[in-house]
Amino acid sequence: MAGVLVVLEQRDGKIKRVGHEALAAARALADAAGGEVHGLVIGGRSVAADGLGAFGADRVTVASDDATELYQPELYSATVADAEKMGDYAAVLISATALGRDLAPRVAAKLDCPLAADVTELSYDNGIVVKRPAYSGKATYTLRVTSPLVVISVRPNAYAPLESDKAGTIGEGAVTAGREGRAVTTAIKQPERAALDVTEASIVVAGGRGLKDAEHFTLVENLADALGAAVGASRAVVDAGWRPHSEQVGQTGKTVSPGLYFALGISGAVQHLAGMRTAKVIVAINKDADAPIFKVADYGIVGDLFEIVPRLTDEIRALKEH
Amino acid sequence: MKLAVCIKRTPDTETRIKIAGDGKRIDEAGVKFVLNTYDEYAVEEALQLKERAGSGEVVVVTAGTEASQETIRTALAMGADRGVLLKVDGASIDPLPVAKALADELRGGEYDVVLFGKLAIDDYSHATGPMVAELLGIPCVSAIAKLEIADGKGTAEREIEGGVEVVEFSLPAVVTADKGLNEPRYPALRGIMMAKKKPLEIKDVALADGGLEIVELALPPERQAGRIVGEGADAVPALIDALRNEAKVL
Repeated sequence: MAGVLVVLEQRDGKIKRVGHEALAAARALADAAGGEVHGLVIGGRSVAADGLGAFGADRVTVASDDATELYQPELYSATVADAEKMGDYAAVLISATALGRDLAPRVAAKLDCPLAADVTELSYDNGIVVKRPAYSGKATYTLRVTSPLVVISVRPNAYAPLESDKAGTIGEGAVTAGREGRAVTTAIKQPERAALDVTEASIVVAGGRGLKDAEHFTLVENLADALGAAVGASRAVVDAGWRPHSEQVGQTGKTVSPGLYFALGISGAVQHLAGMRTAKVIVAINKDADAPIFKVADYGIVGDLFEIVPRLTDEIRALKEH
Repeated sequence: MKLAVCIKRTPDTETRIKIAGDGKRIDEAGVKFVLNTYDEYAVEEALQLKERAGSGEVVVVTAGTEASQETIRTALAMGADRGVLLKVDGASIDPLPVAKALADELRGGEYDVVLFGKLAIDDYSHATGPMVAELLGIPCVSAIAKLEIADGKGTAEREIEGGVEVVEFSLPAVVTADKGLNEPRYPALRGIMMAKKKPLEIKDVALADGGLEIVELALPPERQAGRIVGEGADAVPALIDALRNEAKVL
């Protein structure tokens, strides 16, 4: 098989963990089919790409420019498409993040090839075969790629980063100029309280209507703080205006696959389960022993979350201090 | 201001999915179909843009089967002016052929803004809007939660991990709507009555071949129901023990 080109997402000059995950996905495909893994980093002047060999890249090209420190859709998509044309690739992998979900379809349209979005598993069987969730996780497609090139966006947390002692080589590339200035990202507004994103966190603590009031979300926040986790919310509490939409987990919110998911006072509507059922371990705390959330939870406690969650938070804090 | 909104007919979010006999698609029997949730925000935003401009036209476009007429009527009932159904034989799991059909329809339409929902809650590809923008050669801002348009220019905000990107763009442009952009209106009875008389054009369209073949659509493996470790706060030590020593996640 021809090689795999991986677009490595960076923020503030540092390659994000999702980039390492995408390299692991590419490596799995390349090793099964025979072929090299090439990384492409697009960023500002300060972007650092060393050490990526250990994560599975045979070669990394850095395209840095003052204009591309922030995500610029037109410059990024043109640069990726040009990098693809300069090599011999069967697949272009992009992380399915806010950036990647914008970039991947543009690149596919430029290269006139199919897009398999939010892929959770890649394999090779006389051609590339992918698995991707649809109906927001209620069903999974297995798709066979029938064209010589495909763009694949890889869902965060689907692959674990590799660790090896390989070095890989690093080369300089160029940002494709031209056509800039029609849509320009001018700034990133940071929230007042820097928060972990619910899709990228390895632990998520989510709260629902069982908290009874927006103010009681401090219980969720405190447990999340103790665990180093992101805060998530059910649709009911987002619709009630208690929490921002950015925290919503479920079919009209985000789909998450953390290692550990706490559902506090969440009954487990179909649309919520769709967003978190791929979490590796699910813990539910709910006063209703018949709540559907207990049908998917690995561990449950039935009872009053106003008593259970503070105790859990204290014990986890105590554990971390040891 | 001339506005187009590309929409899709999708199963309602509360639908329990069953797989059809061929193992490649969902069993549609008994499934309630609605206007894709995110498309509601796109339709609402188009209506507000037209209202603010004082004049204009909102055209709703979809690629689908005959059944999608009903979905177009929903958007017309909200207040859109006319609809176009690109009647296709089947669906394509590769989003590019659909984007091509939509771009062909929109090209030459002199739209100031083309709006989409950020994703369709069935296929979940997040793709058609940015693809159509590329095919038309116009700028695109996807998954926006805020939009301002003035003097032929737009400013939009889109949520990214841990922040909000601010993007300035020129018109014409494509934008795709995230939840939070607005509060979609419910069609009033009068709107529903009027929608029946609004023009709905049906065109036969053949989708280009895609590059993805469906091997299988399957339900995800059932999660094994776990166990209740106890009741009340006294169960906390047992939970922590299970998370540390059994699941090994703490």
